Amino acid sequence: MDHLDQLEAQSVFILREAYRKLKPLAMLWSLGKDSNVMVWLAKKAFLGRVPFPVMHVDTGKKFPEMYQFRDEYTKKWELDLLLGDCPPVEEMDPSLPPAARSAARKTAGLAAMIEKHKLQGVIAGIRRDEQGTRAKERVFSPRGASHKWDIRNQPPEFWDQYATPHEDGMHIRVHPLLSWREIDIWRYIEREGIPLVDLYFAKNGKRYRSLGDADITSPVESNAATLAEVIAELETTKTSERSGRAMDHESEDAFERLRVAGYL
Amino acid sequence: MSDTISSSQDAATPIVIVGHVDHGKSTLIGRLLHDTDNLQDGKVAQIIESSKKRGLKIEWSFLLDSLQIERDQGVTVDSTRIPFRLDTREYVIVDAPGHRQFLRNMITGAADAEAAVLVVDAVEGAREQTRRHAMLLHLIGIRHVIVLLNKVDLLDFDQAKVEAVEVSVNELLGKLGLEAAYFVPASARDGDNIASRSERMPWYSGPTLTEALARVPTPASRSELALRFPVQDVYRFGDKRYVAGRIERGRVRVGDTVVIGTQKTPARIASIESWHTAPHVSASAGQSIAVTLEPDVIPDRGDLLHHVDTPPAQASRVRTRLFWLRQEPLRVGESFRLRLATAEHAVTVTSIESVVNLDDLTMHPGTEVPPEGFAEITLSAAENIQFDAFAPGTPDGRGVLVDLQQRIVGGAPLIGPADIAVGEKSIHPSASVVTTQDRQRVKGHKGQVFWLTGLSGSGKSTLARAAENALFSAGVDVSVLDGDTLRAGLCKDLGFTEADRTENVRRAAEVARILRDAGQVVLVALISPLRSDRELARQIIGDGFEEVFVDADLDTCEQRDPKGLYAAARAGKINGFTGIDAPYEAPQAPALRVATGDGSVESAVAQLVSFVEGSVRAGSNARARS
Repeated sequence: MDHLDQLEAQSVFILREAYRKLKPLAMLWSLGKDSNVMVWLAKKAFLGRVPFPVMHVDTGKKFPEMYQFRDEYTKKWELDLLLGDCPPVEEMDPSLPPAARSAARKTAGLAAMIEKHKLQGVIAGIRRDEQGTRAKERVFSPRGASHKWDIRNQPPEFWDQYATPHEDGMHIRVHPLLSWREIDIWRYIEREGIPLVDLYFAKNGKRYRSLGDADITSPVESNAATLAEVIAELETTKTSERSGRAMDHESEDAFERLRVAGYL
Repeated sequence: MSDTISSSQDAATPIVIVGHVDHGKSTLIGRLLHDTDNLQDGKVAQIIESSKKRGLKIEWSFLLDSLQIERDQGVTVDSTRIPFRLDTREYVIVDAPGHRQFLRNMITGAADAEAAVLVVDAVEGAREQTRRHAMLLHLIGIRHVIVLLNKVDLLDFDQAKVEAVEVSVNELLGKLGLEAAYFVPASARDGDNIASRSERMPWYSGPTLTEALARVPTPASRSELALRFPVQDVYRFGDKRYVAGRIERGRVRVGDTVVIGTQKTPARIASIESWHTAPHVSASAGQSIAVTLEPDVIPDRGDLLHHVDTPPAQASRVRTRLFWLRQEPLRVGESFRLRLATAEHAVTVTSIESVVNLDDLTMHPGTEVPPEGFAEITLSAAENIQFDAFAPGTPDGRGVLVDLQQRIVGGAPLIGPADIAVGEKSIHPSASVVTTQDRQRVKGHKGQVFWLTGLSGSGKSTLARAAENALFSAGVDVSVLDGDTLRAGLCKDLGFTEADRTENVRRAAEVARILRDAGQVVLVALISPLRSDRELARQIIGDGFEEVFVDADLDTCEQRDPKGLYAAARAGKINGFTGIDAPYEAPQAPALRVATGDGSVESAVAQLVSFVEGSVRAGSNARARS
């Protein structure tokens, strides 16, 4: 088994644990590269099907290409799609910096979905190598009734034994891609032929390395127009994947505050 | 996190960094990433800014301590994993917190590491957390340990002084059966012997830290070992049934005959199924697969599939080397679920063989395992547990204890069956020559235990005493074990903590079993509020345990309040009172439910008496209800 085989096998194991232990369960599908890999891995785990709904918590501010992609692949992949919307930015914590405040809408939209569908498990595509606070996550990360992430009190997690909800109103965030690196995602996309929106590929010297809301995400300088070129670029780059995501850079703790409150 | 760059296609080698708080773990990692050019652009500037904001010079630990509380308080709260590259080899550096109360976070980071770097302050030498971490490395099976003697600049790089520390650390590791692969004297702050050779220690000819990391062996393949395929789940999609799971070790081929679980059902692997890959005819260790079986039997989650000639060990009592993660001590009699791969068994702690003294790493007999302590204990299950003894570098015997709320409370590497040799504490209960049938014939009924559970004031004792009288008059050899009577004598050393209540139940169950074995009908009247405790009683007593739910609602019981206890609990004079500020878990499927909330005492007694008589007098037909 090479590295990608190992990552795939581990993710499949995690998805099967989630499906077995957490009911009702849903997967977040943000339409980006990581969540497409996640849907693909679910189809690997469950022999070609995704036996739980996928959720798109829609900020209404994604790129048009992404909505088009969503409609096309909901059909092609036979997904049971749940849509949820987000409250207006005026209802968010005004003490957050502007981009983080905008991103917080998604937290509120997600919380509403979790409550509406009484979810015990939410599968999300975050990775440790994206951001410092994500590096401290668990594969099964319990959230209390308020959806807060209790960083000081994370449960032990070892030997592939994961936490399960033990109180009413709790849910578990399941992170099957936690050990994947950005370059692993791209190599896997290349190996498996997983479809993507073409915003990831360079046009006129720019491409998106990470996709969020259109108004708070900016493209990076790049000439990588094919999968092979993207992979070659990542092998040498020393800039951060989320450098184009405004909310990560507004203040030292903006992203942590978002995550503690339930952001992904 | 996005602070490093990486690329190779090989699997990364996880390396855990452990050591006592303030011995310099985070600084070491920061320095290592910096000196090996593994940091992203702008990261150093960011660290300098964060440090300045807090009035510090340059705090390398901020690379990993990404949480506000970590930076503000200068401690690592939770472990972090950072990808890292040396030449062409990929690593994952796991930064584990050194504080005592963060043992659970350390184990989270360390459990799957290939090797460890144990950071020891050369001036302070090994401290409490050094010993604790070394112990944990030993228990979780990490055998490749690099000792980094940090801050040797404070010893003026003096060879004799450094070697004296080396001797004492070596002695400590030796007690644990660990041997350091390398001792690297270093100054993490200044970069001596981290990525480049120190000019200030010309006497040192061993490897630098990066050279030592490059020599960490890659894991051995587990594909050549005997097959262990624990069932994770069984799916029915369309007209096919799939048995899904991950091969822990060994290899399986289409056409192989496998044996399923303790029932020993044989089946043939009809196919290995997958989606979007070429069809497989075989699969090996580490792969997550789905198979179809012929015949189409339905295994349970946790069943182990293995080849006929290479079965695992099997025992209902197992010995484990426990590392205990709960903040309260562990005592004999407590019940847990033992998770072993995908299997889960209800177990009870039947004995504590020895407890580790962390001051000198010696083993002593003990009655409890302290918070975050280490011990050797025996666990008993009602059924057989299939397992392979724990072995470093394999997934064998990786037991984990979870409590009734399914919270992980300890790691329990299984070291072997406990049936035969229990060492000095070995006990050999003698068997009676009088048989159960003999007793039954003489008494005219069989021995049986009726376990009355219910809230305080629900009428358990009243009911039991009245039934005792009626049954005795009808010629039944009957006795009553009632909560207050037990607590007045046999159990007067116990309080009302959860652990003490469990012990109270355990003793009542043991006494009931002895009386039952002697042919008596035993009515136990005990609140026994927790399902798990009653399950423990059921396990101890075995056959002939009947749960009777004495059912009156809380309001009624509180109104009756025959002993004035509810009033006292409401007034805050007693704590942990069942129904007020401690839970009562009603039986889900009692053998008998007696409602005592409204009806007369007489009818309740009649109901219980007729149930008992029907149960103990009848022959085999009464036992048909299972």
